Amino acid sequence: MRPFTKHTGLAAPLDLANVDTDMIIPKQFLKSIKRTGFGKNLFDELRYQDEGQPDQECTGRPLRDEFVLNQARYAGASVLLARHNFGCGSSREHAPWALDDYGFRSIIAPSFADIFFNNCFKNGLLPIVLQAEEVDQLFAEVTAKEGSEITVDLAAQTVTSPSGAEFTFSVDDFRKHCLLNGLDDIGLTLQEESHIRRYEEKRMNEAPWLFMSRGE
Amino acid sequence: MSAKTLYDKLWDSHLVQQRDDGSALIYIDLQLLHEVTSPQAFEGLRLAGRQPWRVSGSLATPDHNVPTTKKERIDGVDGIEDPVSKIQVTTLDDNCNEFGITEFNMKDIRQGIVHVVGPEQGATLPGMTVVCGDSHTSTHGAFGALAHGIGTSEVEHVLATQCLVQKKNRNMLVRVDGELSPWVSAKDVVLAIIGAIGTAGGTGYAIEFGGTGIQSLSMEGRMTVCNMAIEAGARVGLIAVDDTTLEYVKGRPYAPKGEQWNMAVEAWRDLVSDADAQFDEVVVLKAEDIKPQVTWGTSPEMVIAIDEPIPRPEDQKDAVTKEGYARAWKYMGLEGKTTLADVILDRVFIGSCTNSRIEDLRIAAQVVKGRKVASSLKQAIVVPGSGLVKAQAEKEGLHEVFEAAGLEWREPGCSMCLAMNADKLGNGEHCASTSNRNFEGRQGFGGRTHLVSPAMAAAAAIAGHFVDVNELVKH
Repeated sequence: MRPFTKHTGLAAPLDLANVDTDMIIPKQFLKSIKRTGFGKNLFDELRYQDEGQPDQECTGRPLRDEFVLNQARYAGASVLLARHNFGCGSSREHAPWALDDYGFRSIIAPSFADIFFNNCFKNGLLPIVLQAEEVDQLFAEVTAKEGSEITVDLAAQTVTSPSGAEFTFSVDDFRKHCLLNGLDDIGLTLQEESHIRRYEEKRMNEAPWLFMSRGE
Repeated sequence: MSAKTLYDKLWDSHLVQQRDDGSALIYIDLQLLHEVTSPQAFEGLRLAGRQPWRVSGSLATPDHNVPTTKKERIDGVDGIEDPVSKIQVTTLDDNCNEFGITEFNMKDIRQGIVHVVGPEQGATLPGMTVVCGDSHTSTHGAFGALAHGIGTSEVEHVLATQCLVQKKNRNMLVRVDGELSPWVSAKDVVLAIIGAIGTAGGTGYAIEFGGTGIQSLSMEGRMTVCNMAIEAGARVGLIAVDDTTLEYVKGRPYAPKGEQWNMAVEAWRDLVSDADAQFDEVVVLKAEDIKPQVTWGTSPEMVIAIDEPIPRPEDQKDAVTKEGYARAWKYMGLEGKTTLADVILDRVFIGSCTNSRIEDLRIAAQVVKGRKVASSLKQAIVVPGSGLVKAQAEKEGLHEVFEAAGLEWREPGCSMCLAMNADKLGNGEHCASTSNRNFEGRQGFGGRTHLVSPAMAAAAAIAGHFVDVNELVKH
């Protein structure tokens, strides 16, 4: 996994609560068996006027001009500002894959849905929860001035607004460690193989029915 | 020892290792796999040169992409017309063969929606931890199992280690006291709960559903309630084990037998919250207050009882809510309408991991029996949750009841719940759907979904618009 340490980038404000994962990446794109290539279909129904198809070339499709990512001033944005309950709905990891593939490195919102939040960390994408007032301030600053950049520092656990205001955020130690170092957590878990084996032995005595072969 | 909730007990019994940093390694008893969220996980295993930790800990079946017409199903995977869907289903078959994982493929009568198949086979058992790359895995919590959806990276993690790195959730109790009114079902109960606490109300919690209004439900009903815990923001929904649970599980193909059954039952009897257990949050609803529910907007929390007026954006105080309501009104095309009876329906869908079990089909059949689907409808389809549900329904003659009334009887799969196969809504079409999500575009580009119970969907199919099923069955 690509590590995340400190990132400064153009911020785009998506002023909508309860953005669900169907909005982030509609289902027709989930038929892919790859992890990459979802960026062009990120927010497909919010971004384009027509219905997108898998493997379709997107450059000529009619855009919804009012959508934030279609505005020239937000081209190349890498920090997404969002509202309450971002990423609710389905567990599809295609949602963080699409955000990452588009070029986002961090998402800042007052709250996230659990599964989406968790999935982000597996992909080098940092979701940050700030107080609602702090998110409001970031929205206001970013909207007021074109080219506004936000700095996210994972080691220091701070977000710096375009005007220089600094907000702190919390993050689980384990997730922080993995993200800072770009660690594969399967490898880490396999270091605890003996614990897993010991647990299984104990459980096989207590509850042998949990270990039956599936047969045919 | 201090009193424990059911969630605490399940957590403690699966704790492999508590780490100093607050995270924990949790053992996973069962992983269910389907074609959409597993290919990249298997690919990851291959790239890292890893093997599954324990193949008996997994069970697979294709569901999201599979077509539901007889024509496309007769030749199994070879008959799928959409080439992209076909690749995904074939990939699941290939991966299961390569790694030795048991799969119910498209030609197997046991194939169906993972969340219908797991319990039906007794693969899902009380006291287990169950995961799947699908948010509706919360369904299995109906058995007093700790079950939740995960992303593809975690699917790979479980395949490789049979464990997950987790942080414990907080405990919430949602109690439904009293007795449900006639024709009010589990679906109405859970929609009313989501209406009460909101789609983020359960975020960070494991929700245990309790009270007489829950205890009186069948296992099918309990699965419907837990299925939609995620729609209240909670990854985990739970219901305590009782005689209803044990009766359902007994004799299922993968359920323990003989002496092991007795041993299991003794262990499972403890799968209830202790009487003095403390919950971080308690929500209480009165069963008598719950009427048949219908969603009007684009989030499951945008829900009202059938006799209520549609809430208007201008009446909302909070600015974000007002804007959300205005957006939903526009998307759903509600201008000029005051109640949901004013909405003319285009399609009706009875199915999905929420409501495609035999009991759901029996109720829907009871409503449509001897009646005819409204001529204004373009389509009404019934999609059983598994091959075995389909076979049971046909044994009972339910398919004949549906077909006589003008509903289509289909092959099992997720179907129009998320429209990854050919079953979808057209732009602007309204659908009465027994599924779980009414998000924008969920059932098709521009499609307008209204979530309801099987009885209410069946009543809507007959009337051509929403109607209280109690009124319909009087005539």
